[in-house]
Amino acid sequence: MSEQDQILNEVTTSEYKYGFYTDVESDKVPPGLNEDVIRLISAKKNEPEWMTEWRLDAYKIWQSMAEPEWANVTYTKPDFQAISYYSAPKKKQVNSLDEVDPELLKTFEKLGISLDEQKRLSGVAMDVVVDSVSVATTFKKTLAEKGIIFCSMSEAIQNHPELVKKYLGTVVPKTDNFYAALNSAVFTDGSFCYIPKGVRCPMELSTYFRINESGTGQFERTLVVADASSYVSYLEGCTAPQRDENQLHAAVVELIAMDDAEIKYSTVQNWFPGDAEGKGGVFNFVTKRGICERNAKISWTQVETGSAVTWKYPSCILKGDNSVGEFYSVAVTNNYQQADTGTKMIHLGKNTKSTIVSKGISAGHSHNSYRGLVRMGPRAVNARNFSQCDSLLMGDRCGAHTFPYIEVKHPSARMEHEATTSKIGEDQIFYCQQRGLGMEEAIALIVNGYCKDVLNQLPMEFAVEAQKLLAISLEGSVG
Amino acid sequence: MIEIVNLHASVDGQAILKGINLTMGAGEVHAMMGPNGSGKSTLSNVIAGREDYEITKGDILFNGESILELAPEERAHLGLFLSFQYPVEIPGVSVSNFIKTALNEMRKARGEEPLDASSMLKKMREKMDLLEMDKGFLSRSLNEGFSGGEKKRNEIFQMAMLEPKLAILDETDSGLDIDALRIVANGVNALRSSENAFMVITHYQRLLDYIVPDYVHVLLNGKIVKSGDKSLALELEERGYDWIKKEQA
Repeated sequence: MSEQDQILNEVTTSEYKYGFYTDVESDKVPPGLNEDVIRLISAKKNEPEWMTEWRLDAYKIWQSMAEPEWANVTYTKPDFQAISYYSAPKKKQVNSLDEVDPELLKTFEKLGISLDEQKRLSGVAMDVVVDSVSVATTFKKTLAEKGIIFCSMSEAIQNHPELVKKYLGTVVPKTDNFYAALNSAVFTDGSFCYIPKGVRCPMELSTYFRINESGTGQFERTLVVADASSYVSYLEGCTAPQRDENQLHAAVVELIAMDDAEIKYSTVQNWFPGDAEGKGGVFNFVTKRGICERNAKISWTQVETGSAVTWKYPSCILKGDNSVGEFYSVAVTNNYQQADTGTKMIHLGKNTKSTIVSKGISAGHSHNSYRGLVRMGPRAVNARNFSQCDSLLMGDRCGAHTFPYIEVKHPSARMEHEATTSKIGEDQIFYCQQRGLGMEEAIALIVNGYCKDVLNQLPMEFAVEAQKLLAISLEGSVG
Repeated sequence: MIEIVNLHASVDGQAILKGINLTMGAGEVHAMMGPNGSGKSTLSNVIAGREDYEITKGDILFNGESILELAPEERAHLGLFLSFQYPVEIPGVSVSNFIKTALNEMRKARGEEPLDASSMLKKMREKMDLLEMDKGFLSRSLNEGFSGGEKKRNEIFQMAMLEPKLAILDETDSGLDIDALRIVANGVNALRSSENAFMVITHYQRLLDYIVPDYVHVLLNGKIVKSGDKSLALELEERGYDWIKKEQA
C-alpha cells in the first residue's frame, strides 16, 4: 500500500476517531483545514486521483497567499481552522420527489420554491444544492435528449471526467486569488453544465443554493461550457435562513463561451445579511469569470440584496474578435451590510464590445461600492465600452463609493463612462403618497424604476421575484 | 365637503398660514388667488398632508371628520387629489404603471378588487382622448423629460383616472400654452359634477375664463382677505393686488 493510499484508507475508515457526528440531517467533518481534510473530502466524494492532486495543489497555493485587503469593506477575518469543510445531507440518491426529505421540502416551500410547482409551472430544471450536495435534479431527460449535460459537479467528476479535467480552472486558475485557491482546494459541490455544438438550451437552467447547517462553510464550484454556436440561460438563486454567526461563502463560477456561443448568467443573491445591529450574516467572497471566444457573448445579471459582506466581480475576458461582454447589476445594502462589487471587462480581441450597468442602493448604515476595471489590450482594435454607474442613497448614514479603473493600450478604443448619485427624495415619496401609495409601496416603486434597466435583463419569473426581494430588503429603511 | 377652520401652519418655526377659514361644498369650484408668497401652495400642501408643515392651530374637516392625523395616502384614499405645481420625475416608472398602481391602491383602500388589465386600458384610453393625449405617453417614464405642459397634462390625466372628490389644482396653468390651457380646462370641466369640488390656485384670470369659478378668494399674508364671485378675478386682473393690500393696511 502506497503512503497515499494508506492515508486515504485511514481517513476514510476513521469516522469515529474524528468524531463525525451524524445528527438527523447531516454528516460533516470536524472544523479545520489541512491536507488530511482535503483528502477526506475527496475520498468521501469518491474522486479520481487527479482531482485529489488538483485540490492538494490548490491548498499549497492557498497557503502561500494572503487574504486580500484592498476592498472597501471591514470585517473580522474568518478563522479558517474553525470552519467545517464538508457537510452532506444523508440521503443522496433521489430519483423522485417522494424520496426527498420531507423537512427539506418544507423549507423549500417556505422559500417559495417548491420543486413540484417549479416543475409543473415554470418548466425550469433545477439542480437543488443544499449544504453542498445535490439532492434532486429534474428535467434531466429532456436535456439529455439534446445532449446537454446539467448535473452536480460531483456527478460530472464521476461521469464526465474528461470535460471537467479539460476546463476546470481554465478561466479562474487556482492561483487567481486567495478565495479562489481556497475554493479549489475544498469545494464540495456545485453545478456543471455543457451545451453541445449548435444546441440552443430549450429551458432556463436554474440552481437554488442554500446554507443549511450552522457553522458550515459553503464552497460552490460552477462550470458552464457552451460549445460553438450554442446558447444557454442559467439562473442562480440564493436564499439563506437566519443565522447568528458569520458564515463564509466562497464560490467560484467559470463560464466558457466558444465561437459564436452565448451564455446568459443571472443571479438573485439573498444570503442572510445579518440583523439590524449588524450581527451575523454571510461573507460572500465570490470569483465569477467568463471567457468569450470569437463572436461569443457573455451576459452577467445580478441582483444582490443579501450577505453581510460582499466581494464579487463577475467578469468577462473578451478574447475572441467581435466578442461581447455585459454586466447588469443591482446591489442593495441596508443596516450594516457592506458590498464591494462590480466587474472586469478585459478586451483582448478586435471589435470587442462591453456594457456595464451598475445600480447601487444604500440604506441604513451600509456601505456600497462599485469597483470596475475596463482594460483594452494592445490588440483590441476598435474596442468599445459603455459604463453607467448609478448610486442611490436612502437616509444620511449610508455611503456609496465608485472606483472605476480604466486601462487603454490601443488608440482606436472608445470608452464612455456615466455616473450619477441621487437620493430618494421626500418629494418623490410625497408625490406617490398623494396618489394613494403607502410609504413602503412608494419606495418599492421608485427603487424598481431605478433598477429597471437591470431587472429587464432577468427572465420574467426571476424579475418578479427580484422586485419583491428589493422591496423586502428595503423595508423600514425610510421614515 | 371640506371645512378649514382657523388654520395656522408654519415651516421651521415661521408662520405661513395665519388663520384660514374656508368652506367648500360638493359641486363647487373655488379659485384661490394671491401674490407670490401669500401661502397658496402651503395651503394645498397642508391639506394634502405634507410633513414639512407644522399645524399650530385650527382644523381641516373632510366630510365632517378631521384629517389632520391622517397620512397623505389616507387622505388620498378619502378622495383628495393635488395636482402639483412642480410634478416630480420618477425615472424608470412608466406613466401607465404608476397610474395602475395608484388606482389599484385606491381601490384596495376602498375594499375593491384591482381593476383588470383590459378595463384599465380602456379607462386610460378614454381619459387620454378627453385630454387629447398621444398614446405613446403611457410608456414614458413618469415626468422624465416631459415639457412643462406635458407634466401638467399628466397631472390632470391622473386626476381623471382617480376621480377624486376634492381636487386642488396648484398653478396648473403655469407653463401651459394657450392650446394646452384650453385642453386642460376642457378636461377639468368634463369632470365637474355635483359630486365633486375643485380648488383652483392661480395667478391669472386667463384660466378662469375656461374654468369658471363659483367663488374667488384672495389669499394675502396667510389669510383669506377677500372673497367674491368670478367678477373679483376680473377686478384683480385689472387692478392687481395693491388696492387689497391697502385695504388691509
